[in-house]
Amino acid sequence: MAMQFYASPEQIMRDRSELARKGIARGRSAVVLSYSGGVLFVAENLSSALHKVSEIYDRIGFAAVGRYNEFENLRRAGVRMADLNGLSYDRRDVTGRALANAFAQTLGAIFTEQSKPFEVEICVAEVGATPADDELYRLTYDGSVNDEPGRMAMGGQAEAITGVLKSNHRPDMSLGEAVKVAVQALSSVGGEGGAARTIAANQLEVAVLDRQRVGRTFRRITGAALTALLDGKAAPPASDLPETPSVPTGEAGKPTSSAGSADLEDRPGQADS
Amino acid sequence: MFTNAGTSSFTTFLSRVAPEMLPGRRPLPPGMAADLAPHATTIVAIAAAEGVVMAGDRRATMGNLIAQRDIEKVHPADAYSLVGIAGTAGIGIELMRLFQVELEHYEKIEGAMLSLDGKANRLASMIRGNLGAAMQGLAVVPLFAGFDLAAADPARAGRIFSFDVTGGPYEETGYDAIGSGSLFAKSALKKRFRAGLSVEDATRLAVEALYDAADDDTATGGPDLTRRIYPVVMTATAEGTYRLTDAETATIAEGVVAGRMENPGG
Repeated sequence: MAMQFYASPEQIMRDRSELARKGIARGRSAVVLSYSGGVLFVAENLSSALHKVSEIYDRIGFAAVGRYNEFENLRRAGVRMADLNGLSYDRRDVTGRALANAFAQTLGAIFTEQSKPFEVEICVAEVGATPADDELYRLTYDGSVNDEPGRMAMGGQAEAITGVLKSNHRPDMSLGEAVKVAVQALSSVGGEGGAARTIAANQLEVAVLDRQRVGRTFRRITGAALTALLDGKAAPPASDLPETPSVPTGEAGKPTSSAGSADLEDRPGQADS
Repeated sequence: MFTNAGTSSFTTFLSRVAPEMLPGRRPLPPGMAADLAPHATTIVAIAAAEGVVMAGDRRATMGNLIAQRDIEKVHPADAYSLVGIAGTAGIGIELMRLFQVELEHYEKIEGAMLSLDGKANRLASMIRGNLGAAMQGLAVVPLFAGFDLAAADPARAGRIFSFDVTGGPYEETGYDAIGSGSLFAKSALKKRFRAGLSVEDATRLAVEALYDAADDDTATGGPDLTRRIYPVVMTATAEGTYRLTDAETATIAEGVVAGRMENPGG
């Protein structure tokens, strides 16, 4: 029988934290922030198929950095939990806070019970009626939860990115401004000798939770619409991305019956049906 | 239970973690239960040039009584498809909600929508799961229609699927109807349906067919002009699903009723 060496619990936790931190720091970063029209997610991602940013529920989005298989596992769990709760109760009863709690429990349990912690950092964001009502939760590898004030950065050199975000971000920004601030923050690190670099549109994954929509609010911004936003030349078509902020029209409190209602709300008279 | 790599299907997930939430998985006491709960009645669907139109009357019946005057039986299944229910109303609504979540869930997990045939097959297997209850009189038979984003010929993008209590699905050409008044609605559509109708014409035709069903079937409700309750009409086209507003259906239904004042047979 092999000799078991004693390791103190402190040492074990330290080692696990170090492993997780190193894993997360190796990856590319992601930024989440509130703007006037909703919540914006911008992640640096070379793949257009393996997403770091995705939809969980009507008004809830998910962003992650770190090991893909690990955060994908958490994302699927989140979608399952949200859909199960939405079906058993009502669509309005699925909240970002409940999801953040569930993720925290899972991550915490994995951190203490498994020999290897998840090398991930995730953000659960819920869009509210105004930027002040938006909820951004940061969850780290050890299961700790933080409620972030309207903006956050995750991944390698997150502190430097957060610094740039903090000085430039305002909650009443338009989508175009918000994307610029996010990309500027992401590109402020990692250049030659600590200088800024440029990130091409095809290396960015951008999505929003659109405050104005009823039903499913999550929209990806890709291709020409994204390039236009980055260049600041023209806004994408108004029907896709309403830039003018407003309180959700119609009966904001009325639950949507299904996924199918996601694309209806631009039509006249739909709100009262 | 949520973190197993598992499946992209929500019903398969439910069958593992919460089987009691699936309509077909509940033990039923023996005996017939057909008169126990309200029944939803007639739904019609018509393929149009730009997509598909589905309409349903607003009546639910319990034996000779009207259980509800303004029940809604046509719903969006997802952004490009529609589902209408006939049969036991409670189970039908539950099945429809479950189907909506099923499609949305797959879309979120996989990052891509199911094909229209995939959606129809999924609905068929969910109906099959309810077979035990159906044999005791709690049958649900939906009608499914949608805009097929993968259709080679845009004129054939509007597709309709019908089902029976043992599943299906059976793809229908042009039009179909389900429910107690479907015999009369289909007879009306048989004479008046033409391939390549515009969505507006198909909408009017659907309301006409429901009028014919209500004319001869007591369980189907006609346009209720006094209470301003009109059929639910939805369309699925390349732009997505759309439910006609009450004002729009009122105009169509009042036009149909005015036409019948001249000629009761339509």
